[in-house]
Amino acid sequence: MALYSEKVMDHFLHPRNVGVIEDADAVGEVGNAKCGDIMKMYLKIRDGIVVDVKFETFGCGSAIASSSMATEMIKGKPLSEVRKLTNQAVTEALDGLPAHKIHCSVLAEEAIHSALEDYERRQAGAETT
Amino acid sequence: MKIYADHAATTAMSEAAIEAMTRCMREEYGNPSSLYRLGQQAKEVLEKAREEIASVIHADPREIYFTSGGSEADNQAIRSAALAGKRKGKTHIVSTAFEHHAVLHTLAQLKTEGFEVTLLDVHENGIVRPEEVEAAIRPDTCLVTVMYANNEIGTIQPIREIGAVCRARQVPFHTDAVQAAGPLAIDVQAENIDYLSASAHKFHGPKGVGFLYARKGVPLSPLINGGAQERNRRAGTENLPGIVGMAAALKETVAERDAETARLTVLRDRLIAGLSEIPHSALNGDAKKRLPGNVSFCFEGIEGESLLLLLDEKGISASSGSACTSGSLDPSHVLLAIGRVHDVAHGSLRLTLGRENTPEDVEYIIASVKDVVAYLRSFSPVWRDLQSGKLKFIL
Repeated sequence: MALYSEKVMDHFLHPRNVGVIEDADAVGEVGNAKCGDIMKMYLKIRDGIVVDVKFETFGCGSAIASSSMATEMIKGKPLSEVRKLTNQAVTEALDGLPAHKIHCSVLAEEAIHSALEDYERRQAGAETT
Repeated sequence: MKIYADHAATTAMSEAAIEAMTRCMREEYGNPSSLYRLGQQAKEVLEKAREEIASVIHADPREIYFTSGGSEADNQAIRSAALAGKRKGKTHIVSTAFEHHAVLHTLAQLKTEGFEVTLLDVHENGIVRPEEVEAAIRPDTCLVTVMYANNEIGTIQPIREIGAVCRARQVPFHTDAVQAAGPLAIDVQAENIDYLSASAHKFHGPKGVGFLYARKGVPLSPLINGGAQERNRRAGTENLPGIVGMAAALKETVAERDAETARLTVLRDRLIAGLSEIPHSALNGDAKKRLPGNVSFCFEGIEGESLLLLLDEKGISASSGSACTSGSLDPSHVLLAIGRVHDVAHGSLRLTLGRENTPEDVEYIIASVKDVVAYLRSFSPVWRDLQSGKLKFIL
């Protein structure tokens, strides 16, 4: 019996899309160090599609695994679909999380939504200038 | 490579204890309360174990009460002193901010029953000051309870000095010695200890058994009511195999204590020196006044649970005081009590060495922790902000 599912451990031990996109079109950051979880997502968007995504996470195993899984779920997807990503979908894709770790999947959802808001702000800014 | 470095959590059973327990279960299965030979044989075994344990801490056998472990002993000692105090109108208790939850939660419960609790500062080095204990004692203080050695940061408290203060002020003194009994030489007479809690599985004995030392004449009321076992202070048929295993394990631990203390201190100091090479890290608690096997660190920019999982992948069993390992949103109350801020306390690691660990283990642990900390920092947004100057380093 392990603390986490095999899926969670796979994404924790071999996280996908780790890193930074220097010229990202959108950046989202949520959480705080006081609570022990911070997630940062970098998106590259072309023609309404997330063509690349990277993440950085300070947090526990399930926070890292949730970030990794979330990036996989949105990579190559149109923004309309990315907007609909929920923490439940991330949790399910990970074959479940312990009850007290569900907030990690919520953080992943929030990080992506925060990045999308940043993108919209940038788009609005570009239009007005 | 498999390295067990969590001896403060529990320890592997001693072969001598397993043998003693097996014999007890096979041959001495009688009930110590029965009058026929088989029962009296069990009674003899029980009393021999009591004598052996008593002699280790310089107590009288009649001052040893067997319990289900350290938590029960803590509960019983504190509740007994509180109950006796309340009868005399004394409802103030002095303790510390970094006690085990068996003590802190019992005190929290007593607060709801009208008691007042003063929790003393344990300072940056994790050591209580006897003069502050003295200053906290009031005419209505019915108990002082200070742990012998801390379970997370391993700091050893000035028990003899605190005992002297309590004796002079005539206040009962309890110490949770769960981490200390075994590794440290304890003398309840010289140290003026009135109540002491201990647990067998911390010194290579079985789980689910411990003992409470209660000085002759101090109040002691039962938590569990029933038969007349343990001189009416703890009902229920004695866990004889557990008690026998505890006595055997303690005897063995004491026999090898001096050599083991010297050996572990060298390993501990090497481990501290090795981990100190990691930038922006800090040892928790006093460097010298700590248990011979205890090493506790904080690493800035990373979180403890992911550190533990990656060390587990490398075969190392360790522990952390991060929120994610405690099942709450707050990191360890012990780390907060010594002044570590939340951000740093989340990145803590406790390594507790013991009997099976070798110098090779220590070198492997140092190399592994260095690798894992560097790896986790490589994609930590906190570390990035610290590096860029957006956040200020604390350590």
